[in-house]
Amino acid sequence: MTETISVSTKDEILTRFPNQVTADTRAGYQGYIIPAKFLTQFATTIRDEMGYDYLSSVTAVDYLPDGKMEVVYHAYKTTGGPGLNFKVQTPRDQAVVPSLVPIYPGAEFQEREEWDLMGVRFEGHPDLRRILTWEGFEGHPLRKDWHEAYFEEEAKPFKARWPDGKVYRAEDNNPYHDNLQYPKGFDPEKWTPLGETALYGGMQKIQRNGDTVLKTDQMIINLGPQHPSTHGVFRMVVMLDGETVADLKPVMGYLHRNHEKIGERNTYIQNMPFTDRLDYITSMSNNFGYALAVEKLMNIKPPERADYIRVMMAELTRICSHLIATGFLLNDLGAFFTPALYALEERELILDIFEAVAGSRMMCNYFRFGGVARDLPDGVLKMVHDLVFERLPRKIEEMDRLLTTNEIVRARCEGVGVITADQAVALSAAGPVLRASGIPYDVRRAEPYSIYDRLEFDVVTGSHGDVYDRYRIRIEEMRQSVRILEQVLKDIPGGPILTGKPLYQVRVPAGEAYGRIENPKGELGFYVVSNGKPNPWRYHVRAPCFINLTSLGPMSIGQKVADVIIILGSIDIVLGEVDR
Amino acid sequence: MDKKDDINSPGYAVDAELQGRVTITSLDRIYNWSRRNSLWPMMFGLACCAIEMICTAASRYDFSRFGMEVMRPSPRQADVMIVSGTVTKKMIPQIVRLFNQMAEPRYVIAMGACASGGGPFKEGYTVVSGVDKFVPVDVYIPGCPPTPQALLHGLITLQEKIDKETLKNARWYNKEASVPIPVPLLGPDLIDPRRYAEIAQNTNAPELPANPAENVH
Amino acid sequence: MNGLGIFRGLWITFKHFVDTYVEDLTYRGKRYNNPKGIQSRLKGDTRGIFTIQYPEEKMPVPEEFRFVQFLVYEEGPNGEKKQRCTSCGICAKVCPPQCIWIVRGTDPNTGRPVPEPSEFYIDVDICMNCGLCAEYCPFDAIKMDHDYEISTADRMKNNIYDIDKLSKPVSYYASIRPVNYAREVAARAEKASKKAAA
Repeated sequence: MTETISVSTKDEILTRFPNQVTADTRAGYQGYIIPAKFLTQFATTIRDEMGYDYLSSVTAVDYLPDGKMEVVYHAYKTTGGPGLNFKVQTPRDQAVVPSLVPIYPGAEFQEREEWDLMGVRFEGHPDLRRILTWEGFEGHPLRKDWHEAYFEEEAKPFKARWPDGKVYRAEDNNPYHDNLQYPKGFDPEKWTPLGETALYGGMQKIQRNGDTVLKTDQMIINLGPQHPSTHGVFRMVVMLDGETVADLKPVMGYLHRNHEKIGERNTYIQNMPFTDRLDYITSMSNNFGYALAVEKLMNIKPPERADYIRVMMAELTRICSHLIATGFLLNDLGAFFTPALYALEERELILDIFEAVAGSRMMCNYFRFGGVARDLPDGVLKMVHDLVFERLPRKIEEMDRLLTTNEIVRARCEGVGVITADQAVALSAAGPVLRASGIPYDVRRAEPYSIYDRLEFDVVTGSHGDVYDRYRIRIEEMRQSVRILEQVLKDIPGGPILTGKPLYQVRVPAGEAYGRIENPKGELGFYVVSNGKPNPWRYHVRAPCFINLTSLGPMSIGQKVADVIIILGSIDIVLGEVDR
Repeated sequence: MDKKDDINSPGYAVDAELQGRVTITSLDRIYNWSRRNSLWPMMFGLACCAIEMICTAASRYDFSRFGMEVMRPSPRQADVMIVSGTVTKKMIPQIVRLFNQMAEPRYVIAMGACASGGGPFKEGYTVVSGVDKFVPVDVYIPGCPPTPQALLHGLITLQEKIDKETLKNARWYNKEASVPIPVPLLGPDLIDPRRYAEIAQNTNAPELPANPAENVH
Repeated sequence: MNGLGIFRGLWITFKHFVDTYVEDLTYRGKRYNNPKGIQSRLKGDTRGIFTIQYPEEKMPVPEEFRFVQFLVYEEGPNGEKKQRCTSCGICAKVCPPQCIWIVRGTDPNTGRPVPEPSEFYIDVDICMNCGLCAEYCPFDAIKMDHDYEISTADRMKNNIYDIDKLSKPVSYYASIRPVNYAREVAARAEKASKKAAA
């Protein structure tokens, strides 16, 4: 299915801005091209007058042969429906684009990432520093002419592996016997490290006027990257006034594994196991999003049975992920490990199903373009049936009774980390964080994919936007997932599980596609640009956890340090996705 | 002397009245036995392998049956550092600092392909090709991720390795103080303070061939 | 009443605690260290102690489980090994982190390629256990193993597997993956009968 933009919107944009905006007419591309000078006015108009209040994704593409850098935006309406895709082009050598942060604050981290990896400077950005690599890193890695230290060839498969493949370790070919490269003439004896003055200098203090009896100082404290509570290697720099948080800045990049650069070197099928490792708890969902994006480009649809199997795996993954989220939130609250142990026990039973179907508990690599890799073995449907109809409803009820009315949970979570509906939409929050503030936006309802338009389920929302609401939404979403699974198990048909033959070299026509799904953490999007070759030209992941972290700062200011830990737990981040 | 009379040999004949009430062992064995059965891991998970480590600590594959009762967040109280997940250049200074802060006797387990040798992300520009480039590793567990049973097998391998140690060669009873590993710095690329001369020599050398793979054939 | 929520939670924990003893008594000592006992802890209605006590009890892995690879060879009548691999190179091309190195065999007299690998290496420190090599091999020559007990103390010596370490007989493959093996044998028999009929 190609991405369609409704005819009325197309005419509306072109009739509204007849001279400035042009439609993108390249083969396989959609959307509009905006000149850089007009971008701010265009964005204000579509947000205020046309209802596109949710900026989902900001990314950049390096068109080296044309000498251009293109920044691509995807905007959506929170009332649902297809999106608006617009681009700004700028010359590669002096890539400057006006920043959209004053209009859509949720673009903050994404623009910093494009500055870091692509070298596009955003004018008007409040804090343009590197985010995934470190200050002082040499070069902009995702540019097409930047080569890494272990560079062998532009695209896989490498010729050195066959037919004359004498084994070697990559270290042996590097002069430093390691993954290192330095600029010419660099002398470490004469070099001084940059330090983190830009980070610490930008922290705000609480302004206090008037006389106070005690003269107190406000301190900067680092929480992480090794900390029992930070859900992975994540660092928060906090300015503390006693126990109250005056300012909070997240620092990430401690798990930056160059997913997008490796993705450009891989062929399409080779990227599938790498998507498992993005949000490593929900590997089936990540596979789903990537398969959808490439299937949009290839214009193929999977058969019925494959669709049902995909939805079954996606919903089981949702239950796994919410079980872990609830268990670890309770860990952060101090209930050391008992609720987590109960949640992990249920998850183990679901992982047994994944192991029987796909071969691995976590890194499933199960989806292919046009269906799934293998059919369900005998006995698996019975296992799923037992879980869905008997065990899971009982256990979700048990977790609910164990935790929801607990006085300590309520006292510590109600009213903590509040974010209003307008703030959540402006900060591009997604998933339970957005729905807890009252916005009923779920990609499965807003832009249905696969067979979700036939299934009956409710979109769960909260009303206060605090930690307690997010926790309750996750419990309720587990119940809705069980409801979906019951319908899937009843209606699953027989038939083939793959459109066409299983090929390891897929033919993907040139063009661009943005495929998005509702991951348990939020909206996961894959932006793939193809130029007809076996490897993608650009491959970008719109990571929900990364963008949800923009709201960590506003949620935490004014709260106590202990609350910051719970707020981070309620956003439910997974570092593989934040840092890619 | 006959084996049965030598109190230092395992075949020593114990008197009939003392059978079942007396155990004879060597100091090495009992020292190693007590250490291998109470290794406390440091709470230190980097990436996907950390989830499998948490599953190993959870109820199905309980690793407190092996004596790893609690995971201590503080490196001062931990015995073994299980490096689980990809080691990136931004994170390696912290890993080296944590390793320096651990008190002897300390062990390191590299869990997973990424910690052993870079893993599937080895070709990346911010990935360190294995934590043993900076920190001495005792046991490597391949797999991506290794299942909890594979991790438990690796722990048993570490326990067997500890069994073979002797008090005479214990490095923490040496007269010289142990030298901490110098913490790497983040510059244009990761800079290891032990290699300043090598770096200066290479960056001021004449041009290297463009494609390193040409060196192979 | 304040405190009712905490009491409710504690009651659930107490029930879990009592269940562990009730389950052990119901099975009367046969709950551990035998295959039936292990199975009872894997079913959907399991209660009580959930632990599978490795290494005394090893949880059976399902057929599709994938860990490191192995090369399949057919055993000849005199014990000679005939590798199924023809060194076509598809597994090396499809491997995502490119951890397979193959040297195609050449005839020593004519110098032409022969369908046999002269050298075959897999770097286990890079392999991500994805199974794409086994999925796309046209000759059923490389398959994913079930053996996960491969931890080692020295990776430089042990972790690049060469062709000797990787080769295992067809009988081993049939024992770990019976359903897949039966399907492949049937497919091969069907192809052979079609060729004979044509």
